[in-house]
Amino acid sequence: MRRIIWILLLSSCCSVVFAAGEVHEFQLSNGMKVIVKEDHRAPIAVSQVWYKVGSSYEHRGITGVSHVLEHMMFKGTEKHPPGEFSRIIAANGGRENAFTGRDYTAYFQTLSKDRLEVSFEMEADRMRNLILLPEEFAKEVEVVKEERRLRTEDKPTSLTYEQFNAVAFRSSPYRNPVIGWMNDLDNMQVEDLQSWYQRWYAPNNATMVVVGDVEPKAVFALAKKHFGAFKPEKINGLKPSKEAAQRGMIRVKVRAPARQPYLMMGYKAPAVSTAAEEWEPYALEMLVAVLDGGSSARFARNLVRGQEIAVSAGASYNAFTRLPSLIQLDGSPAEGQSMADLEAALLAELERVKKELVSQQELEKIQAQIIASKVYEQDSVFYQAMQIGMLETIGLDWRLGDEYVDRLKAVTAEQVQAVAKKYLVEDHLTVAVLEPLPMEMKQPMSQVAGGSRGH
Amino acid sequence: MVINRRGAAVKIWISAVVCTVAVLGSSLLFAGPKIQTWETPNGAKVLFVAAPELPMMDVRVVFDAGSARDGDKPGLAQLTASLLSEGAGDWNADQLAERMEAVGADFGTGSARDMAWATVRTLTEPKALNTALETLSTVIAKPRFAAADFDRTREAMQIGLRQSEQNPGAVVSKAFFATVFAGHPYASHPGGTQESLSAMVRDDLIQMHKKYYVTRNAVVAIVGAIDRKQAEEIAAQVTAGLPKGEHAPGLPEVALASEGVTEKVAFPSSQSHIRLGQPGMRRGDPDYFVLYVGNHVFGGSGLVSLLSDEVREKRGLSYSVYSYFNPMSQAGPFIMGAQTKNAQAEEALTVMQKTLQDYIDKGPTEEQLTASKQNITGGFPLRIASNRDIVGYLAMLGFYDLPLDYLDTFVDKINAVTTEQIRDAFQRRLKPDHFTTVVVGSSEATPGG
Repeated sequence: MRRIIWILLLSSCCSVVFAAGEVHEFQLSNGMKVIVKEDHRAPIAVSQVWYKVGSSYEHRGITGVSHVLEHMMFKGTEKHPPGEFSRIIAANGGRENAFTGRDYTAYFQTLSKDRLEVSFEMEADRMRNLILLPEEFAKEVEVVKEERRLRTEDKPTSLTYEQFNAVAFRSSPYRNPVIGWMNDLDNMQVEDLQSWYQRWYAPNNATMVVVGDVEPKAVFALAKKHFGAFKPEKINGLKPSKEAAQRGMIRVKVRAPARQPYLMMGYKAPAVSTAAEEWEPYALEMLVAVLDGGSSARFARNLVRGQEIAVSAGASYNAFTRLPSLIQLDGSPAEGQSMADLEAALLAELERVKKELVSQQELEKIQAQIIASKVYEQDSVFYQAMQIGMLETIGLDWRLGDEYVDRLKAVTAEQVQAVAKKYLVEDHLTVAVLEPLPMEMKQPMSQVAGGSRGH
Repeated sequence: MVINRRGAAVKIWISAVVCTVAVLGSSLLFAGPKIQTWETPNGAKVLFVAAPELPMMDVRVVFDAGSARDGDKPGLAQLTASLLSEGAGDWNADQLAERMEAVGADFGTGSARDMAWATVRTLTEPKALNTALETLSTVIAKPRFAAADFDRTREAMQIGLRQSEQNPGAVVSKAFFATVFAGHPYASHPGGTQESLSAMVRDDLIQMHKKYYVTRNAVVAIVGAIDRKQAEEIAAQVTAGLPKGEHAPGLPEVALASEGVTEKVAFPSSQSHIRLGQPGMRRGDPDYFVLYVGNHVFGGSGLVSLLSDEVREKRGLSYSVYSYFNPMSQAGPFIMGAQTKNAQAEEALTVMQKTLQDYIDKGPTEEQLTASKQNITGGFPLRIASNRDIVGYLAMLGFYDLPLDYLDTFVDKINAVTTEQIRDAFQRRLKPDHFTTVVVGSSEATPGG
């Protein structure tokens, strides 16, 4: 239930519904875009630099390189030795971090508004002057492998998700995990990062987003001062990627030590940038909200309560991706229920959407939720900046976000039914099942209480 | 799908990082929001901050009804809180969910060791506001605890327990609390056990609710685009159905273990998860600010902390390494944690132990202390930048009976901390010889295993 709300939030954008600050856009002569949104409720600002690069830009053999490079961006320039970036931001009372997705890599700082320039200075420095030291790389890639063990290797549901993607897509780069395959991490070289950095980290491949208690002209001036002198690079873009047609349902079993089985299902679906009809992605968003837009939606009402066949059941879809992706369902069976019954119950709910028109009451409820969430999201400057940066970086206009609520409100019950019929088709379905293996260790558990000192 | 450099997935950041309340001006740079407080006619404590900028409101009602009140029925507090939204007054779970979601309100209940809570976020437009408040009020005062809902929710908790058994992070945390707090109500797992849940009956929940969901045991925190008069009406309405009752009695003090304990739990994972620590401090502890700042330097400031520098930056041993004090009604834990591939578990543990011992012996340098103070005080506006942040503070201040000028004096108290105080407090309070150490990982490779 929580999950779908996030999908809705993540795919929505900079609203003007209530007192939202004005958005100002500006471009440096080197091609770097600067977008500023005023929000004067607190004396703070968030600054984010988004690069058009992520795991979907990677080719075979170097999966994970975008993310490892993101880690290395904290490891020093000529001016600032490794670790100093974080120390300077911390000493200025800032919070900072970075994240890598399929379609973007982003760096951010949240600071008291009078410290904004610190963030500009540091981001500018590492956009062009990163020094990739082999000894720092050697340590950091080990940190990333530990991250992979933590996030994926030792988490049966994450393993299932990874295997699911690997078979759901054939030629699309979305088949690879953002963090990269362990083999590729094992064989990664600092030179791989060097060429990746040179290829993608340039002003004309970046968007800066600032949201907070700031004056747009002053922010533009700061951007010009720190980034303006950089020369644009020739960005050799990617060749078009088109997922080869799936010709029949795919099933994959994931066997791993676990206690509770888990089911994932996915149907091929278009993104905003690839849809045949403009309204289709919005109808798909409404469709997943009908299924899983909260505790009163169909999955929770009929499958978790009602039939009590699932202990959890979810549906998600993100219209705002660079390449087409999936309508995803997932779930875990209730006590005494089989995985086959759970799968059948999920499919039955999909059949119902295909056969019967969604009620007006359901549509209105979802609209109310979306309108409210547009207000709630203004409680976060970070989130507002994230929406702008994400849309820009996947190649869409941030203004698309302004239209989001209206586009969803315009979706009719007939359109929901139409996309259900068109996209929820068996030939384009992938099913992954986590089949728990015993967790007991071959050697007996050693449990020593007392005695040896923890020192 | 999104990988974040430092830990939590990015959506957690989104929910954690946030905005406003425009009571801050440059002349009041270090003042907190203006907090108003009163009691409802039937005796519930209220804390309120007006936040007129966005047409929305957050209400958080907390009760001293966390799992520390489970007694001999582990899981009772959590099951009780979970069932609140499964049916109340005239409405079943479907109808409750429909009411809230039809007006776009976000609603939730939950519990931890000290507290149980119900929260709602709603638009202040009258229809939404009234529906959300009427529902909230009914949910906390008149839960049905119907048999079918009870069975389903209990089973979901039992499955949740099974799921946590496949997560080495959950296993290590459970074992750590069980040992550090052995004999204390904080020891048991808030999710209970398969056996304790199986043995539970509906009447246990009714008794729990009757005793602890009462106004003398409640705090109502409100932040939103309403005025004082409206806030008074809202607080009264929300708590109207609750009896006065009595405040829950104080919890017993937590004792330091008489000797150190090391536990190794065999687990089929590629990493070993390490936790070590001891009982730390309670809310309102006289050493609070000294220990807070001291820990910020040591392991509480992310990548720039001493612990992260030694374990991650210098040696590449772990993605996530940290320490923190978790102050609770009674002394909550001081915890150090990390995860590393099994073969390195011993090395990581040794580095963590040595880093702490050095810090206890020497304390921070002036430079380190200054850097931490700059981070904490310079980042003060970020702490209270959103309604969500503020409502969290209000609930915390009210629940733990902390002074209302807590936020106003926060920066001064941070700035007053000295290196000598930190060294002294760490030496007095942390006793590594009495630490509990738990390592969960593949037995072939766990230290000494």
